[in-house]
Amino acid sequence: MKADAAPADREATEQLLARLRAVTLRYRRTLALDGIDLDLPSGCLVGVICPDGVGKSSLFSLVAGSRKIQSGTVEVLGGSMADPRHRRNVCPRIAYMPQGLGRNLYPTLSVFENVDFFARLFGHDRRERERRIAELLDATGLAPFADRHAGKLSGGMKQKLGLCCSLIHDPDLLILDEPTTGVDPLSRRRFWELIDRIRAGRPSMSVLIATAYMEEAAQFDWLVAMNSGQVLATGTPAELMRKTGTTTLEDAFIAVLPPAQRDAYRPVVTPPGSAMGDGVAAIEAEGLSMRFGDFTAVDGVSFRIERGEIFGFVGSNGCGKTTTMKMLTGLLPASEGEARLFGRPVAPHDLDTRRRVGYMSQSFSLYGELTVRQNLELHARLFRLPPEAIAGRVREMAERFDLGDVMESLPASLPLGRRQRLSLAVAMIHGPEMLILDEPTSGVDPVARDSFWQIMIDLARRDRVTIFISTHFMNEAERCDRISLMHAGRVLASDAPAALMEKCGVTTLEEAFITYLEEATEEAQARPAPAAAEVAAAMPPGAAGRAPAADAGFFSLRRLLSYTRREGLELGRDPIRLALSLIGSLLLMLVMGYGITLDVEDLPFAVLDRDQSTLSRDYVLNLAGSRYFIQHPPLADDADLDRRLRRGEISLAIEIPPGFARDLRRGTPVVVGAWIDGAMPTRAETVLGYVQGMHAHWLASLARRTSGAVTAAEPATIQTRFRYNPDVKSLPAMVPAVIPLLLMMIPAILSALSVVREKELGSIVNLYVTPVTRLEFLVGKQIPYIGMAMGNYVMLALMAVTLFGMPVKGSFGVLTAAALLYVIAATSLGLVISSFTRSQVAALFGTAVLTILPAVEFSGMHDPVTSLEGIGAVIGRIYPTTHFLTISRGTFSKGLGLADLNAAFVPLLLAVPVLTILGVVLLRKQER
Amino acid sequence: MRPANVLHLGIKELRSLWRDPVMLVLIVYAFSVSIYAAATVMPETLHKAPIAIVDEDRSQLSARIVDALYPPYFMPPVLITQKEMDSRMDAGLDTFALDIPPGFQRDVLAGRTPAIQLNVDATRMSQAFTGSGYLQSIIMGEVSAFLQGYRASSSPRVDLALRARFNPQLNKSWFGGAMELVSHITMLAIVLTGAALIREREHGTVEHLLAMPVTPLEIMVSKVGAMALVVLLASTCSLLIVVQGALGVPIEGSILLFLVGTALHLFATTSLGIFLGTVARSMPQFGILMMLVLMPLQILSGSVTPRESMPRFIQFVMLAAPDTHFVKLAQAILFRGAGFDVVWPQFLALVLIGAALFTLSLARFRTAIGTMA
Repeated sequence: MKADAAPADREATEQLLARLRAVTLRYRRTLALDGIDLDLPSGCLVGVICPDGVGKSSLFSLVAGSRKIQSGTVEVLGGSMADPRHRRNVCPRIAYMPQGLGRNLYPTLSVFENVDFFARLFGHDRRERERRIAELLDATGLAPFADRHAGKLSGGMKQKLGLCCSLIHDPDLLILDEPTTGVDPLSRRRFWELIDRIRAGRPSMSVLIATAYMEEAAQFDWLVAMNSGQVLATGTPAELMRKTGTTTLEDAFIAVLPPAQRDAYRPVVTPPGSAMGDGVAAIEAEGLSMRFGDFTAVDGVSFRIERGEIFGFVGSNGCGKTTTMKMLTGLLPASEGEARLFGRPVAPHDLDTRRRVGYMSQSFSLYGELTVRQNLELHARLFRLPPEAIAGRVREMAERFDLGDVMESLPASLPLGRRQRLSLAVAMIHGPEMLILDEPTSGVDPVARDSFWQIMIDLARRDRVTIFISTHFMNEAERCDRISLMHAGRVLASDAPAALMEKCGVTTLEEAFITYLEEATEEAQARPAPAAAEVAAAMPPGAAGRAPAADAGFFSLRRLLSYTRREGLELGRDPIRLALSLIGSLLLMLVMGYGITLDVEDLPFAVLDRDQSTLSRDYVLNLAGSRYFIQHPPLADDADLDRRLRRGEISLAIEIPPGFARDLRRGTPVVVGAWIDGAMPTRAETVLGYVQGMHAHWLASLARRTSGAVTAAEPATIQTRFRYNPDVKSLPAMVPAVIPLLLMMIPAILSALSVVREKELGSIVNLYVTPVTRLEFLVGKQIPYIGMAMGNYVMLALMAVTLFGMPVKGSFGVLTAAALLYVIAATSLGLVISSFTRSQVAALFGTAVLTILPAVEFSGMHDPVTSLEGIGAVIGRIYPTTHFLTISRGTFSKGLGLADLNAAFVPLLLAVPVLTILGVVLLRKQER
Repeated sequence: MRPANVLHLGIKELRSLWRDPVMLVLIVYAFSVSIYAAATVMPETLHKAPIAIVDEDRSQLSARIVDALYPPYFMPPVLITQKEMDSRMDAGLDTFALDIPPGFQRDVLAGRTPAIQLNVDATRMSQAFTGSGYLQSIIMGEVSAFLQGYRASSSPRVDLALRARFNPQLNKSWFGGAMELVSHITMLAIVLTGAALIREREHGTVEHLLAMPVTPLEIMVSKVGAMALVVLLASTCSLLIVVQGALGVPIEGSILLFLVGTALHLFATTSLGIFLGTVARSMPQFGILMMLVLMPLQILSGSVTPRESMPRFIQFVMLAAPDTHFVKLAQAILFRGAGFDVVWPQFLALVLIGAALFTLSLARFRTAIGTMA
């Protein structure tokens, strides 16, 4: 802030939670925020309602500091979010829960471990952690599921878990992006109670929240209404209603919409269903059950849905709605019971039935790499729409679901609500007779939801399309002809909405639902829910609260270790990965140890003997008798020679000229021809050497035999001593070279994938919004892989010593120290590769390309690096494998110690910080 | 199977790949720079081998031997003392150390057959083995030539005319470039199909596909087809631009025939990729599994060391690997100019292996797909 800023202005800023000026953000062609000016008051519950969802999530991520500011200024908690130092300082004070069902969670970790990870990241001690976690899990009703893996939770339960994770550290600013989307009414009610309690305990805390429920928004202190990336109106709910002269917030909201959209809005009217029951039910389920292990997800569910009926499925999170729907579509085979669609039993390979059904799954499952148009066209084609009708149908769907302006965008750049609309459009593109929709309107704004329902009602009433839908919106459930209330895998009640309300004697469906649910839960566990006051008392008023101030620093070992712990846990959850990496290393060592031989033996050769004399046969025998060559049938003529060489049948052809014996006796110069297959140059060279040697040997022995004199003996001899490997066996040369190879490739691939995986699956957002620094993040994740690689090293060394009988002649300590440095370098290399790749496929291929070739060819395995040429020589000189190879061979074969090998240690010592810094610099702490 | 479905799903695969620019850059890198670097890293047969000489004779003959060792085969010899020899070899400074004994020339002339000691660092693998052969023939050549000046040789005169066919200069870059291309073809084929399948599973899009009227066969054929097409395109460009163009490898046989062989090989390897994709439960598992399959395929296929010299058992087992046959046909067509009449057994083998792998993968894919949703 400028020094000459007016004091009053500064004071005003300090009371503000956030201050945005001229903030614009665009993703390629899509404009998300269009020059926003916004002041958010602090210490209250600020809600954002946004019909089309455009800009809301972007706004949140800018305030949370997880996204890079493109233009304009964003000041949060008294400082600019463009300033990395300020971001680092306020980061521990902000908690951000991104939109989407559990995007920032770790699916293989249990519920408890997920929360525990965040607690450790923010530095609570053990007692405090356990107390807080127990409290939060209890309050959100997740306590019974503490040991379940996050990946196996239902959508709503993931939302709750995400909330627990953000509430663990008493933030000053809590940013929740649609936390109640996809959460059942009972849990939603508990959720708001929890927020209220926390706020009561910490009155200074500000909450920035987005919701799709208008009745929730009505309870907020202050509201921001947004549309098309612009702010339409701000103020308290009462102010908004007064300004627009409306009585409900929903109406007020519609009133502030731009005229074009407002005029398009029509209240939904549900005409009564016509006479149904024309014999064959559209969907029939009888005693459907689904068990996963000893967990029963669905327990004897039966229902019957008539053609043209709108049938709703309502229930608590994780009650088995999704599982039931999957059984109906044939995606999951039922453990028990039977399901019939159009009177035919559900069969997994029944393509005809699939064509009559449109299915939309709960999580977004369209192709993120295809544009909206490409997605629609692909599905139209797969559902075999006539080609001439496709363009029209796609246009129609685009209009119906208001996707016209984003047809060329990628789904990832769209707000959740729009993505859901795209999913719906895809499910309906082929005009199915039945729609099975799993929470299709989660995250969709009220206006779009109404227009969507209008479409469905039209379909059901006019085209007699059967609609089977699950939802958490009670006003939607009311529009259904009949609904089933589900809980814990069983159907509690099934009737028309009005009848259900009547039975319970309540006026709203929500109350009816909660009555049923509470009844069911009390039956199940006669445990009284903790009284609100009790929990509120347990909530500390921020006293035990904040983590130590040292947290905001550049480096914290604790944060680093919490990442290490988490990554270690994930690794431990995947024993197959661990086993594969260990067994794989050993197996590869076996293969390479025994498979790579440089001894060239048993080479096939054939002779074209035009002389056919005793002497010529003696010459051939000289070759055939050696262990290097195996004689094949003689060659008939030149053409035969050429043909068999070309085929690769023989590697060597010898041609003995006519009159060989005669000329030799006369002393006329004779030339024996030898053709070597040069296709494989190394082999050819060896053959060359063998032939020359044997030729000379034959001449010498011939001379001895003919003259009988010693004068013809060789004038000198060469005693060749193959040092470090006297028997010239490939194994002792290979084994010390294979260890560096294996310790490079597998650790590098795993560490590269560990980061890119987070990028691809979304949990990278925790790096963006928690105080963890890039160095802590990378090194923390790296440590488990270093440990794993060292385990591999020990096994490989053991195998070399025992199975291959290669004693470590030098110092084992030196070798181990070098191995440690080397695997750190290898995993760091993987992290460097991970920082510039975005998909796991690319990370995998990139690591393979960037490790195999340099490690095998450029690091001196076959030829010393000094003899290499070109780009490869340059890479070879700096590549860590080169230096570890020197150390490995030095200690294994040559019996060298640290003093002899320190020249090789220096580059390894340098490689570690260089690669680590490179990885840190290339990794982004904010999303672009 | 409906061809239209395969086509549309195939186009989807290609579009997905197109959206990953880093991957595209990596593919281009692998098929250009990487192959070029691998080919040119060892341009000569024996190149710049470091050698040291302990000349205890200091005679005309020993000087002659020292002078005979020069680049590019050897680095200029370093003259050292006997004491230095061991430490220099330990430190890896020299691959070869030659010890010419005192009175060497005198003993040669007297016909007492003296011995030169040649120390070779055997950990240096190929350089050690080929280099010692070279040294022997160079030294013996010098000794003989030296002797020629003193007395006429009575040895029988039989010359050996050695000629290398198909690669007269035994230029390693020809072989290195082509074999690197072969190994990249296998690697990319496996990564693209297998990893793409796991990616679909992790993103939940397989479930989505399964709710549509497409069969597992169509899904698999589209993946195999689209990815094989990408690799085939990359390898064609690489063969023409990098191998034939930049590296100047004279391709003896028909490029078209080689590409047909490549297509068959891709049929097998992309199926293998799908198979691995159904076995692995996550991308990290797939990464290790891929290495586990890829390394033996490359090392034991005959593209690194000759097949004949491998243990019989390994030779036999590797007959089941597509790479073995692909390497064979690549060498035959590219270097030896072999036609279809020569390489048809390899083509047949690839068709059979491909069909087997495809059937196996399809069966696995069908059963695994149920558990993916």
